[in-house]
Amino acid sequence: MLFDRRKLLLGGAAGLILPGLARGALAQGAPLSPAQIGTFPDGVSADSVFVGLNMPLTGVFSGDGSDLKLGYELAIAQINAGGAIPAAWGLKGKGVLGRQIRYKVADTEGKPNVAVQAATQFVQRDKAILFQGSVSSAEAIALEELASRDKVLYMVGIAGSNDVTGKNCQRYGFRSQQNAYMAAKALAPVVAKALGKKLKAAFLVPDYTYGQTVYDSFAKFTKEQGWTQVLKETVPLGTADYSSALLNIANSGADVFINICFGSDAVASTKQAEQFGILSSMKLVVPNLSSFQDKEVGPELMQGVYGSCDFWWTIQDRYPLAKTFVETFSEKNKYKPRWGAHIGYMQTYLWALSVERAGGFNPVDVIKVMEASKSQPYESTVGRVYFRAEDHQMVRPIPILKGKAPSAMKGPEDFYEVIDVVDGESVMNPPDLFGCKLGSYT
Amino acid sequence: MPSTAALVSQAFNGLALGSLLALVASGLTIILGTLGVLNFAHGALFAVGAYTAFVMMQATHSFVLALLGGCAVMLIIGFAMERLVIRHFYARPDEDQILVTYGIGIVLVEALRAWFGGNSQRVPVPSWGTGATKLGFMVYPTYRLQLIGIVAALLVGLYLVLYRTSVGLVVRAGIENAGMVGILGIDVRRTFLFVFAVGIVAVGLAGMLYAPVVAVTPDMGATFMVQSFVVIVLGGLGSFPGAVIGGLIAGEIISLTSAFDSAYSEVMLYGLMALVLVARPQGLFGTEGRV
Repeated sequence: MLFDRRKLLLGGAAGLILPGLARGALAQGAPLSPAQIGTFPDGVSADSVFVGLNMPLTGVFSGDGSDLKLGYELAIAQINAGGAIPAAWGLKGKGVLGRQIRYKVADTEGKPNVAVQAATQFVQRDKAILFQGSVSSAEAIALEELASRDKVLYMVGIAGSNDVTGKNCQRYGFRSQQNAYMAAKALAPVVAKALGKKLKAAFLVPDYTYGQTVYDSFAKFTKEQGWTQVLKETVPLGTADYSSALLNIANSGADVFINICFGSDAVASTKQAEQFGILSSMKLVVPNLSSFQDKEVGPELMQGVYGSCDFWWTIQDRYPLAKTFVETFSEKNKYKPRWGAHIGYMQTYLWALSVERAGGFNPVDVIKVMEASKSQPYESTVGRVYFRAEDHQMVRPIPILKGKAPSAMKGPEDFYEVIDVVDGESVMNPPDLFGCKLGSYT
Repeated sequence: MPSTAALVSQAFNGLALGSLLALVASGLTIILGTLGVLNFAHGALFAVGAYTAFVMMQATHSFVLALLGGCAVMLIIGFAMERLVIRHFYARPDEDQILVTYGIGIVLVEALRAWFGGNSQRVPVPSWGTGATKLGFMVYPTYRLQLIGIVAALLVGLYLVLYRTSVGLVVRAGIENAGMVGILGIDVRRTFLFVFAVGIVAVGLAGMLYAPVVAVTPDMGATFMVQSFVVIVLGGLGSFPGAVIGGLIAGEIISLTSAFDSAYSEVMLYGLMALVLVARPQGLFGTEGRV
């Protein structure tokens, strides 16, 4: 067969351009993605890309942060090695599009300013193509803003505030964890059914974006169930001694104590509540359980406690990818992964999948793939999930847990019974409820 | 407006909280008031005390034995810190002392993290302190009630040793003129060593006694460090009675504000500190120009 040289060149050019066009137009018939944006293409070498990991390894949230870190590291190691596990997620070969993931970890101390400094270094020094992680919603919001300013993709770690995908949402930020609204809407009917419809509730609220939005949502949905709020005690983040707030709660006449504190704050406040006799006179409900609250507070106090979280390891029986995750994580780290680790593990795979679907690391293309994931959902460790195009909130199932009595535990880490796994679609807030405006791609 | 019962309850809680704050701050003020060293490892040593209680409880299953063993450990740490590092900094500028103690604090916290991990450890309330006690107008944790007595006894003991024996006199004379004290045949270095170690034992004891109440994590000292500074600024830098009064005032401010709205507790505390700094910079019991 003879080839005309001109036709061959044209054909080659079309071959190069058309996939790009197809990708660029993938989501919304949008124009072509810019050839150069953020750290792209500088941050993509022939054999590797760099990913920055930010999480508190010291401070109030260090327990959750350490778990999160191990989840990221496991996913990165598996993706880099290739084989059956990443193949089960739908990834091809070793690495992401044949490139190994290099990474560094920064301790944010749970402080937004430290987190932004660390992420800025990842972007400027390491040409990070992605940065991930947070435990506090306050640092997640700061990192999202940085991501959109520098045009580098950011995957939020642990952060429950409605603001993260609400009034502070950003085009370059995506959240895998359920927000406070979803968690509250999922949990409230379950606890009302279990504990009763006409109850008096006292709230302990940490005074920052997470605490306030969890309070707003949980108060709203428990009110719909017929509960009455008799007290709201607001305390600073990192409080050591809760005695004055707990004294008010102990004397409030409430039936239910709703503790919104997180991390080691949750541990300290729950211990002290028990000493004030609150846990024997009231039922404890924890809208978002901290990663190690079970072990650190102990099953004696956590038995009968209702709460929600992103993942509990026994749901591995429902999802094959979760089973692989729990097994490989436990083998490597000698404990059952908590939900911090799960967030890190799952979202690293989802990013890698999105890059492969986009056919490149251009963040605009990857964002558009994620925004279009409703029509092509991801199979994940919690079943089928997708990111909502309007606010970048993941639509995902939410496990509802109840603390087991020590005598009912089948092993040292069998702390919770999975009461229900609530369908994500049924508990989503309207996308514009919290004032999300995503901003531009470029 | 809160009820009278709520106000009385919070006033009582303020007393309990205040006595604990006074004990936490006492170690800081002893070392500052006698040796003139601002110990920025104070928070870390508080955490070391709490972890010591945790380890000792695991080993002995007795809170009293844990306290005794913990005091011995803190004494050794105090001796080691003074002999190896602090002794070389008495004559150096304040900023050098702050930097070196801050550095020691970081090393201690990271050592705890390396050894025990970042998650909090459980130190149970001693068997004689479990449950809550009915006090007529309120129910209050038994262990906290007992702590009021324990802390009061400890504070009185510390005061007597440091200020009603010749030790305190020698230390204060030694700071003014170590050479002259030496000529008088007194080994001032040994006295400095003793006082420093007592300060470390005091903060360690605070950590041990607080361990069953708070979350025992490597970073737990940070909050207490800040509160200790507030207490000694209120009471007067380096004044032992000032630390006690400052602690009680801080406890009452936090607690009584909570009777109205707990969100404003810390605002009121720091507001009062700012007022004291403006109106009486040396603190309520501090002497102008000293420390």
